[in-house]
Amino acid sequence: MATPAVADTTVIGRRTTQTGDIVARLITFAFAASIILITFLLVWQLWSQSAPTRHKFGFAFLFTSTWNPVTEEFGALPFVYGTVVTSILALLISVPLGLGSAIFLSELAPAGISNALTFLIELLAAIPSVIYGLLALFTLVPLMRDYGEPFLKSTLGFLPWFKGPVYGLSLLTAGMVLSIMTIPFIISVSREALLAVPREQREAALALGATRWESTWQIVVPYAKLGILGSIFLGLARALGETMAVTMVIGNDPKIKASLFAPGYSIAAVIANEFSEATGKVYQSALIELGIVLFLLTIIINGVARLMIIATTKKGSKR
Amino acid sequence: MKLTKMSLALAGLMAVAIPLATAQQINAAGASFPAVIYQKWFEEYRKMHTDVQINYQSIGSGGGIAQLTAGTVDFGASDMPMTDEQISKVTVKPLHFPSVLGGVVPTYNIAGVMQDLKFTPETLSGIFLGAITKWNDPRLAKDNPGVKFPNADIQVVHRSDGSGTTFVWTDYLSKVSPDWKSKVGVGASVNWPVGLGGKGNEGVAGTVKQTPNSIGYVELIYVVQNKMAYGSVKNASGSFVKADFNTVTDAAAAAAKNMPDDFRVSITNAAGKNAYPISSFTWLLIPSHIPDAAKAKTIKAFLQWMLADGQKYAAGLSYASLPKEVIAKEVKQIAKIQ
Amino acid sequence: MSGNLIWRKSVNAVMLSVTGVFTVLAVSSLFLILGYLVYYGGRSLDWNFFTKLPLPPGEIGGGMANAIVGSLKIVGVAALMGLPFGFLAGIYLSEFEDKMFCPLVRYVADLLNGIPSIVVGLLAWGLVVVPTRSFSGLAGSIALAAMLIPIVTRQTEQFLREVPLSLREAALALGASKWKTIATVVVPAGSKGILTGMILGVARIAGESAPLLFTAFNNQFWGGGITQPTASLPVMIYSHAIAPYEDWHRQAWAAGLVLIGMVLIANIAARLVLARGISVPRA
Repeated sequence: MATPAVADTTVIGRRTTQTGDIVARLITFAFAASIILITFLLVWQLWSQSAPTRHKFGFAFLFTSTWNPVTEEFGALPFVYGTVVTSILALLISVPLGLGSAIFLSELAPAGISNALTFLIELLAAIPSVIYGLLALFTLVPLMRDYGEPFLKSTLGFLPWFKGPVYGLSLLTAGMVLSIMTIPFIISVSREALLAVPREQREAALALGATRWESTWQIVVPYAKLGILGSIFLGLARALGETMAVTMVIGNDPKIKASLFAPGYSIAAVIANEFSEATGKVYQSALIELGIVLFLLTIIINGVARLMIIATTKKGSKR
Repeated sequence: MKLTKMSLALAGLMAVAIPLATAQQINAAGASFPAVIYQKWFEEYRKMHTDVQINYQSIGSGGGIAQLTAGTVDFGASDMPMTDEQISKVTVKPLHFPSVLGGVVPTYNIAGVMQDLKFTPETLSGIFLGAITKWNDPRLAKDNPGVKFPNADIQVVHRSDGSGTTFVWTDYLSKVSPDWKSKVGVGASVNWPVGLGGKGNEGVAGTVKQTPNSIGYVELIYVVQNKMAYGSVKNASGSFVKADFNTVTDAAAAAAKNMPDDFRVSITNAAGKNAYPISSFTWLLIPSHIPDAAKAKTIKAFLQWMLADGQKYAAGLSYASLPKEVIAKEVKQIAKIQ
Repeated sequence: MSGNLIWRKSVNAVMLSVTGVFTVLAVSSLFLILGYLVYYGGRSLDWNFFTKLPLPPGEIGGGMANAIVGSLKIVGVAALMGLPFGFLAGIYLSEFEDKMFCPLVRYVADLLNGIPSIVVGLLAWGLVVVPTRSFSGLAGSIALAAMLIPIVTRQTEQFLREVPLSLREAALALGASKWKTIATVVVPAGSKGILTGMILGVARIAGESAPLLFTAFNNQFWGGGITQPTASLPVMIYSHAIAPYEDWHRQAWAAGLVLIGMVLIANIAARLVLARGISVPRA
């Protein structure tokens, strides 16, 4: 009879394969734990290698704007400035464009077209940074230098941001490249957040006589606002860490100037440019300390983003 | 099925990797100033000795010194002689081997100006200090009568990386302009009052070429190869001299006679009617003790070749070959490499 | 009253069309990018590009054969290291639940995922280049593997979780042990998604340039293997684009086309695989 036989082998089988289970669990556990190990190593490396500058400058490092390898005076401010300004510029362009597109894709476009277009937009996120840099250097920079920036100068030249000589290689150009790189993140995540808004919300608004746009803008978008904010933070985190595209068009000048036409520098760009030639322990550790600053910035912003996105999906699934 | 495919792929990779692994790999990095002739030399040397690959990466003199100190390269290259402090930080004392002579020229890209411009110490330091901001400044017009300068801002381009070329340029400016000396000084990487940063001689040349109304400083070969305009500079004797084989060689004449034993000299603002004032030696930084005997042998053989046949390539690439006295002295230094 | 309605209706029409315009702009930027690459890159591709080594600056006719092979080597080794690593870690997260440990690992994996690639390069530099006193393709591979692992881990976990509980329970009821269930039932069921994650991960690291700058460094020649400085396409694109030589610019375009071609093919293939794969509704 089948059952007792099965029961017998099951008993024996379970004993021998219990070791199998334990081994499997141990092996996979080891690999999972190693992820924590790798990250710990990273943080430890950054911390220990930046010791010379941390001891020499302390917190003042974050607020000093000199970057002088000859006299070994280092300060993070010009790079933080450049990183933050280019990222904000990027968001100023990509958020309206991205949110608008997300609204179109979630509310207006039929499902088939929406999926197809979203797929294409997500391909933008797969393009390597160095290729964005290549394109920007040969197409966007001449365009900005010969047409874009002079135009802004002639129309908005009374504002401090649009004064000064026009080089093409500038904070503004870097901001524009970053905006194209952040758009796919904003569109992708915002669209998901908008799609998650329950249908009843839209229908209720329309039933009360709202136009399509009013229903979308005044009801649906606010409902999804956490997810949308999350997408913005995600895009911001990406923009802060971008290296190659930025270093090819930002002009590489560690100065803080009001004008957006001026060349600037970002944290990632200076590490990429100067690390292999940093003579002396202090110079090297200054660059590594900059790495820590960037690391912390991206952790905080990523963390906030994920919290917001989680909160949205939880809210959306509540009916 | 999957396993056999993977192992085939691995075998293929091995097949490619192993024969190549038997070729001798020597890694070097450093100055972009001489990079053009170095790449030519290493390519020619490989043609003659097919099992030797000398991989040279142009990352700037600062990089050459840094990587030599870190021990990640077999030798370095720099247009800036190492300071005593830098030498003390290297575990194995490096020997300086001048390889070739070159000149740093002011190159510009000005709308409508095709002629060679004349620069004086005052105008050059003024431009790079940010004191002279427009091309049609009277100080420039004074030295260049007949040139139609546009009423445009001067876009200064300098190096963003640690550069021996910058060292030569600022060394010259410090000698001729007390203003420059006090405000900026000499160094591989200085606090530039104005300008954009380009990476390497290549990056500066590239940026000047693409940016209208710009001016930068690069080694002569970069302007020649890219057909860019460059100006003459007023030397210590008062003549306006353009950099070429003869004027750079003249600049080294005095130093050749009085070369110190460690070969560390500066030849900027040299005396001599026809001397180009912004010239420099450039050095290979070879460790005095190389543990790998095969590498030591190859490097010494290469140095012998460089000091003899290698010099013949200098003229064709807009560098100047080393003076005979210097070569003779260097050959003796090769013996010091253990 | 009706005036207000007309206003609201026109606002409606305008804003909705604006969103459409924005979408067109976003999508067309992709086509612009591809267009430029195909045009400039296509003109520059020639047989030399694939077969010759780089020539000294100023000489025409060189190629990037060593960079293509170098990229394959570096990415290949990174995949060999990172794929099994991420795969097994993902299995743990999905199959062996642990109240404290698993959320921690997930959080750290997401952290690692978000770290800028240049900072990961600093890690590999400190761990490999400095002690071995040598730049090497291997150091580059380690940096890339560190970026690959969190991607593959999360993807593996996600697609394993989507395998219905009923499949697992059926296997266990038949007497299979837990690890056998995982190996013979769960993983194959989620394989399409896992494979997708792996392909996308490898495509992502293949395009990275920043972490290779001071790990794999660069090389004009074939190099002596993975323990020596190795050329790679992304780094070559960077160095050639910022140089003044027209010929180098031409080669940078060609390299850009080759690189984007590989990345896009991988991405499209992966998503097609996924689309035809699991019909399980997403949790």
